[in-house]
Amino acid sequence: MNERIQRLRQQSLEAHPCLSLERARLLTEFYRSGKAERVSIPVARARAFAYLLEHKKICINAGELIVGERGPAPKATPTYPEICTHTLDDFQILDSREKISFTVDEQTRNMQRDIIIPFWSGRSLRDRIFAEVDAEWRAAYEAGVFTEFQEQRAPGHTVLDDKIYHKGFLDFIDEINVSIRKLDFYGDDQAPAKRQQLQAMIVAAFALINYAGRFARRLTELAAGEKDATRKTELLQMAAICAQIPAYAPETFWEALQYYWFVHLGVITELNTWDSFNPGRLDQHLLPFYRRGLADGTLTEERTRELLQAFWIKFNNQPAPPKVGVTAQESNTYTDFCLINLGGVDEHGADAANELTYLLLDVIEEMRLLQPSSMVQISKKSPDRLLHRALNIIRTGYGQPSLFNTDAIIQELVRQGKSITDARNGGASGCVETGAFGKESYILTGYFNLTKVLEITLHNGVDPRTGKKIGLETGNPVEFQMFDDLYAAFERQLRHFIDIKIKGNRIIERLWAEYLPAPFLSLLIDDCIAHGRDYNDGGARYNTSYIQGVGLGSITDSLTAIKYHVFDRRNLTMAELLETLDTDFKGFDKSRQMFVEETPKYGNDDDYPDEILRRVFESFFKAVDGRPNTKGGHFRINLLPTTSHVYFGSVVGAMPDGRHAGQPLSEGISPVQGADRRGPTAVLKSAAKIDHLRTGGTLLNQKFTPQILDSRDGIEKLGHLVRAYFKMDGHHIQFNVVTAETLRKAQQHPAQYRDLIVRVAGYSDYFVDLGADLQNEIIRRTEQGLE
Amino acid sequence: MPPTGTIFDIKKYAIHDGPGIRTTVFFKGCPLDCWWCHNPESRHTGVERIEVRSRIHGADREIVKEEIIGREVTIKEVMTEVLKDVIFYDQSGGGVTFSGGEPLHQIDFLTALLQACKDHHIHTAVDTSGCAPPEDFARINGLVDLYLYDLKLMDEQIHVKLTGASNQLILENLSILAQHDLDIQVRVPLIPGITDTEENLDAILAYLDRLNKVNEVCLLPYNVLGENKRRKFNLPQRLEPRQTQSKDMLEVCAGRFRARGYLVHVGG
Repeated sequence: MNERIQRLRQQSLEAHPCLSLERARLLTEFYRSGKAERVSIPVARARAFAYLLEHKKICINAGELIVGERGPAPKATPTYPEICTHTLDDFQILDSREKISFTVDEQTRNMQRDIIIPFWSGRSLRDRIFAEVDAEWRAAYEAGVFTEFQEQRAPGHTVLDDKIYHKGFLDFIDEINVSIRKLDFYGDDQAPAKRQQLQAMIVAAFALINYAGRFARRLTELAAGEKDATRKTELLQMAAICAQIPAYAPETFWEALQYYWFVHLGVITELNTWDSFNPGRLDQHLLPFYRRGLADGTLTEERTRELLQAFWIKFNNQPAPPKVGVTAQESNTYTDFCLINLGGVDEHGADAANELTYLLLDVIEEMRLLQPSSMVQISKKSPDRLLHRALNIIRTGYGQPSLFNTDAIIQELVRQGKSITDARNGGASGCVETGAFGKESYILTGYFNLTKVLEITLHNGVDPRTGKKIGLETGNPVEFQMFDDLYAAFERQLRHFIDIKIKGNRIIERLWAEYLPAPFLSLLIDDCIAHGRDYNDGGARYNTSYIQGVGLGSITDSLTAIKYHVFDRRNLTMAELLETLDTDFKGFDKSRQMFVEETPKYGNDDDYPDEILRRVFESFFKAVDGRPNTKGGHFRINLLPTTSHVYFGSVVGAMPDGRHAGQPLSEGISPVQGADRRGPTAVLKSAAKIDHLRTGGTLLNQKFTPQILDSRDGIEKLGHLVRAYFKMDGHHIQFNVVTAETLRKAQQHPAQYRDLIVRVAGYSDYFVDLGADLQNEIIRRTEQGLE
Repeated sequence: MPPTGTIFDIKKYAIHDGPGIRTTVFFKGCPLDCWWCHNPESRHTGVERIEVRSRIHGADREIVKEEIIGREVTIKEVMTEVLKDVIFYDQSGGGVTFSGGEPLHQIDFLTALLQACKDHHIHTAVDTSGCAPPEDFARINGLVDLYLYDLKLMDEQIHVKLTGASNQLILENLSILAQHDLDIQVRVPLIPGITDTEENLDAILAYLDRLNKVNEVCLLPYNVLGENKRRKFNLPQRLEPRQTQSKDMLEVCAGRFRARGYLVHVGG
């Protein structure tokens, strides 16, 4: 990377996230002015958006090629008081917490106290949500049975397709006007509401055009004062770009990037959408501009690289908006999950990897930034070169890119009713979530704690942590004669809590639709314009609501241990089991040892536990899949945790898999930490026993040390491992190449790292099985390997 | 009644024991007694009980645990495990490797397993010390896709001293195998100062040149894991502790073979 990029990258890395109340202040000014009261809610929201873009500070950093920040400076992060009005206590926590903190200065605190809180308190959507949900929902939420994604962040979860590379915002406005003209005020009772939505979209579209215009003027001013001739020319070029896009379709590579970036800023300024927003299939969208630029001599490979690197830094400058409470615990990270998709297939089903795919992978490898995240879609048609290139980046221990199975993604989307073309143009976003890019609103609504449901079942409807009865009385487990009696009780309890979650979701979906429409985002997702409906109200072509199951390994191993020891082997009675759990194994070391060491475990390609895995999967699927949401779409499942497995573990007592009270649950569909002892092929076989194609995404992590991947042969064999998993319809796999620090932890806590495989000279072995001196040697080697 | 056998491990995702992703079945029992043996659990035929001493991190006391090494298994039990990973073999051009110990030491069991693999169209490799009766090789030749054939020391006297047996039978077997149309990869464990000497490597090269059949050689860098394991099994430490070869040293060894037209892998 050149000197300019190095400087911008360093600036981004060094900026500490802080809170900026610029957005909150402007929004409050707008709503206090009374302007909002004279118009419909959608139009008011659009005018508020326009007001923000008209008045927010224009930030242009020295040497930048792509301009625009969400806040007044890199990593200055806005708040969204209309969604969640932070208390002063929240600010205190955000400022002082050890991890994922945001600096809050005195002036900010005072403004929050004097201006923001007095106006928004009781009006925020969060306040409305907690006022509307019922006692049952609240009890389950407080017990940690599920989380709620939409209580302080907006339902975003969508990715852009290729439309902005063909159309300018003036084209969008033309389309909206066509929709307005087509409204049937005689036959369609929704026509007046639709007109309001469409008018709001026009306001929002002009707002972005005007915002770019402010940059064009500012850049021209900067150019006038610039002494360096090269930079002066650059500034004038940038001014010309901002005068062209987004009003008109982009013509050059540079324009395309700047256009996307303005759109991105629009989406994340309008609302604090989950999973930020994302350009999606970047190697497809930008390819025509790249080829044209090279052909007509306006672009070189070097310049392309520089522009992309500059673009990358813009993402890293926008940490995920501050989260508090349970939401902070379930997603405790600055990452805002912009997941760049590379590879995959085109709309005809042909391999889509191209020269720009490889160039983008170079950029990913060189930038090594937290954001944006990146992934490579591997279809059965993808060349090995692509897979091997991705693995060669993964082996550097940076955790990116992750690998996805295009063929599975397409089948998942088609099963849910998407057209084959929309499916092929889709991909995965966020962590692993499947989506029809540019056409779907696919909302994650909350994590679901499967293990907690078992704990409540084992206590006949009572949460043992609080003694409160929050579930159904499904029977005293001591009286169960067979494992199937227990399982039936668990299944009823599961259905009960899913019902509560879905009821709550429907209420919350309506609150968003009514109070916080998203006219700007609606411009971008088909068919909001054609339908005259807002993104938050079912305007998208496809509307999916997900409930994310967490701790599949923990629930499987826990149920397996009960079946094995209580019902099959009769090693202990149910009453004895409950006693060992309720005392967190105190005085029951032997029993715990038996649960840990002498019980079949998920992740070893053993049908005994894996049959239970399948049963849990089917029960969860049946409870959720296909039930209607309020936006014309359906509820679906996926299986991923972000960081919720830690939070969920903290509210669950000891479990029959030997897990102590309060310890983290297993993550994604990965086995319980240390339970898989038969190597990676066994893990993949076990994980493939659930039907990934009926989910909207699953998450599997595998740990390796760099030595496993230190040769071409090692990379090729790992590639085969991935291909075989994808043949079995596995959705996603990520290789966590461990660091020396992890190895040191494994030395101290071997039980938790029993699955860690390391390369030892000519072959591989479990790290914890090695003698201390050899472990030390591998630690030294690992440290060297990562230099 | 199909034969049973004694094994001490079945390792999946074995990526250093032949082409592709493999499952390696480790047989128990070996006619040799190499001073550097890195699989001491394979030495004796039959199931063993040993005492393992370990120290819990940060604690003073030593924990003594009895460990059972090896288990008697049926063909069906082994094949159940082997067949679980067929999708990985098919994808990667892998298969099963029978290693040990010396797999030919349990010839009936080995033959039956090889036949079972062939019935399932699975690629087979046999990792052998070569120290077995020629007629045993004759029994399995038609069922083996690849031999991983160990050559350690060319000097017979040193071979006797450090492995407990002469190398005559080993060399004879290899020359017989070389007359058949079989894939053979020669593996040389590089024991610092013993097998990695210029003299020994040149002798191996001269021998391979005369055979004029083997063109793939695998050099196995010294494995310090063996020292660790021998301690665990309370076996005598007859070799002074030594370090694994440096990258440069390995390159020198590999270069010798490459210069004579051999395809060389380092590290399996």
